[in-house]
Amino acid sequence: MRAAVIVFPGSNCDADTHFALNEVAQVPADFVWHQATDLSGYDLVVLPGGFSYGDYLRTGAMAAHSPVMGAVRAAALRGTPVLGICNGFQILLEAGLLPGAMLRNHSLQFQCEWVHLRVETARTPFTQATRAGDVLRLPIAHGEGNYFADPDNLKRLQDSDRIVFRYVDADGRATDAANPNGSLANIAGVCSAARNVVGLMPHPERSSETDLGSRGGLVIWDSVLQAVRV
Amino acid sequence: MSDATFRIRVTVRLKAGVNDPQGATVQAGLRDLGYRQVDGVRVGKIIEFTLTAADQAAAHAQVDAMCHALLANPVIETFAIDLGTQVEA
Repeated sequence: MRAAVIVFPGSNCDADTHFALNEVAQVPADFVWHQATDLSGYDLVVLPGGFSYGDYLRTGAMAAHSPVMGAVRAAALRGTPVLGICNGFQILLEAGLLPGAMLRNHSLQFQCEWVHLRVETARTPFTQATRAGDVLRLPIAHGEGNYFADPDNLKRLQDSDRIVFRYVDADGRATDAANPNGSLANIAGVCSAARNVVGLMPHPERSSETDLGSRGGLVIWDSVLQAVRV
Repeated sequence: MSDATFRIRVTVRLKAGVNDPQGATVQAGLRDLGYRQVDGVRVGKIIEFTLTAADQAAAHAQVDAMCHALLANPVIETFAIDLGTQVEA
């Protein structure tokens, strides 16, 4: 198994993601520059967090047109697990690989804090080692994580079990107080119709080791290890 | 027939019904300044450039495609294209 961590100009969680994969999850990972056009040698593609292209125009909008995105699209079509974290999620939305869009946080502030996430479905390669209802503790760090989808798309996501994570309180309740950014229906992560493309705003790479305050994100790597090795 | 150059102005707005935290905050700021009758503030953006194309219809078609591909996000935004005045050769 081999993972690609895509590096865009302005990515800044690429090294953390590379470390979490290589050193913690024991998944050999390569940095892949955004000019690459072939990802066929990889079993996992991760779009890390950061501020690609300085968030110009809209978060993720410029990166969504990088040369590598054709190869990411091809990998997604082949069924390769693709994970977008934070800015990576925003890029997948702008590229149309996931439905919806991000608005500015309701608070207008950059929210940098620990949150609780409830796993809504184990039917993705990034949650298959969990059970629906599990509560994970991960950090967020974003200014535009206020997830939006129109009513038709929201219904489609709900009906097809494609909401992957919700912001909840420590007891697993999806309350307004537990929603850090104003996201529609407390949504923190969604998946594609084929279920292999997942995006989430919180950072599993920053919560894969006890030394970093939580191992809540480790189960995401464990899940994809299972998914790819089977 | 020679190409013409147009001064393009694209106005991008959040769709009606899409929450605009920035607009709400600007509105609160205006009211704090004493402009208490202000309501319904929405913040958008204007993108300007020149474009050389065969004619007005060709220019419009290109800008429309640009808006769909990059300049606006149709999930949350609408756009309006103003082809403006033709630049004198």
